[in-house]
Amino acid sequence: MTTLIEAEHLHRYYGKHCAVHDVSFTLEKGEVLGFLGPNGAGKTTTMQMLCGNLAPSAGQIKINGFDLLDRPKAAKRSLGYLPDTPPLYRDLSVQEFLHYCAQLHGIPRSSIKPAIAKAKERCGLNDVADRLITNLSKGFQQRVGIAQAILHNPDVIILDEPTVGLDPIQIREIRTLIRELGQDHGVILSTHILTEVQESCSHVQIIHQGRLILKETIAGLNRQMNTGTLRASTRLPPDLDALMSLPGVTSIETVTERQIRIHHSTNDHTAERIAETIVASGWGLQELTPIKRSMEDIFITLTQEPKQIDL
Amino acid sequence: MILAIAAREFKTLFSSPMAWTILAILQFILAFLFLSQVETFTMLQPKLAAIEGAPGLTDIIVTPLFGNAAIILLLVTPLLTMRLICEERRNKTLSLLLSAPVSNSDIIIGKYLGTLGLLLLIILLTALMPLSLLAGGELDFGKLFANILALLLLVSAFAATGLFVSCLAGHPTVAALGTFGLLLVLWVLDWTMGMDDQRSELFEYLSLLRHFQNIQTGLVSSLDISYFLLFISTFILLSIRRLDNDRLQR
Repeated sequence: MTTLIEAEHLHRYYGKHCAVHDVSFTLEKGEVLGFLGPNGAGKTTTMQMLCGNLAPSAGQIKINGFDLLDRPKAAKRSLGYLPDTPPLYRDLSVQEFLHYCAQLHGIPRSSIKPAIAKAKERCGLNDVADRLITNLSKGFQQRVGIAQAILHNPDVIILDEPTVGLDPIQIREIRTLIRELGQDHGVILSTHILTEVQESCSHVQIIHQGRLILKETIAGLNRQMNTGTLRASTRLPPDLDALMSLPGVTSIETVTERQIRIHHSTNDHTAERIAETIVASGWGLQELTPIKRSMEDIFITLTQEPKQIDL
Repeated sequence: MILAIAAREFKTLFSSPMAWTILAILQFILAFLFLSQVETFTMLQPKLAAIEGAPGLTDIIVTPLFGNAAIILLLVTPLLTMRLICEERRNKTLSLLLSAPVSNSDIIIGKYLGTLGLLLLIILLTALMPLSLLAGGELDFGKLFANILALLLLVSAFAATGLFVSCLAGHPTVAALGTFGLLLVLWVLDWTMGMDDQRSELFEYLSLLRHFQNIQTGLVSSLDISYFLLFISTFILLSIRRLDNDRLQR
């Protein structure tokens, strides 16, 4: 594993307002890191700092081992960035634009053509290569933006909300592309769409009010999400103590007298045992529904009460 | 890298009607002025022949032509430079340059050279007019080159000022107006010279016009040249500083 990005204690103030507060993280090769957060959480600010568009008020960023402040050119060489608004020169054609980007990134003259061809191929731009960017639809413009970011085959690819404005088929294509890129690059993408993170990322990082409140692998997150909840309705009021004594049951809340919510772990067939107990006790089981805790729930609990992470 | 940015800038000017319009209009106006100057010369010619050491063809045609070109370029340069950084910032394309492995000085100098390319073309086209006189007369080449040099230094200074104001302004129109205002002030600064009691040597030194005219007369002195070089490098440095400041904003 090679560490591609090391960000340490990043702070960023706008006047007195603190947009990013003490954010530290690393990105390894082969990781797709999803930056998740509501609007104004500091996602874009963090990304701008990573790409050298904004100087951090405090903290250090190293890209591929090069400090972004001391050796900006070397650090930026291994960086591909798609800002939230794709930086496109509208009076150029796609081909001309990509050619210019290739020159800016210092791709040797002889390998410019194959690099452009590959980027066009990957982003599905072959049919529009000779059209002016201004005449393209928003989805295609977004794709040109992505093409620009991956053109020079950078080690680190940073995409700020890459699927905005794309139709569902294009979104699927882009997600596949991102997963593919994640295999031999490090990718950071920001989004506020949770399924996007679940589908294309290997790691997730939730940022809220400028603070990092969760860093997990997707697998770990899914595991956490599967601490299950059952909703049970019975004809007679159930004996809560009897249910509580079952192994695996963590807590019970009563909704009404005859409806309860049982929180339990998904290990060793707890649900089965709960069902058996209710039936055996003859409370008259009427409903037993598993409530899956979605990522939305986690997101909402985390962002609304950042102090109590009780996952 | 600088050259890539400069080439892009130059081509962008020509991909919109901007450069073509400016070139066409300038050429038309200057050709008209040139023609009227030639006319004056043919009228004066019999009289001049009688005078010992009279001003020649170059003095009567070339110097006024380049003087007029300078004033017209004072109006035109702000229009060329207004978009340079300002529009990149408005269209959010600046982040493309900022996250690419190019330094801020590369960006500024590249942009500057790109604009200078078009201005150079304008000067070249202007210089072709007096050269056409070679068909039927003789020119004082020393003086012609002094004029070309003067105009070149002058528009380079204009462009550097425009670039800096474009870094400051939030809107291209504001950049154009700002540049024009600043240049005009620097241009007319030595008009106080006429009034003897109010003469200010500082103003006289600062005035663009004064240094321009010095070189135009054929007196290529290091004082005037270094004035222009200082002027240009000051504004370019300020532009780079200003762009650096963008990262630190607020």
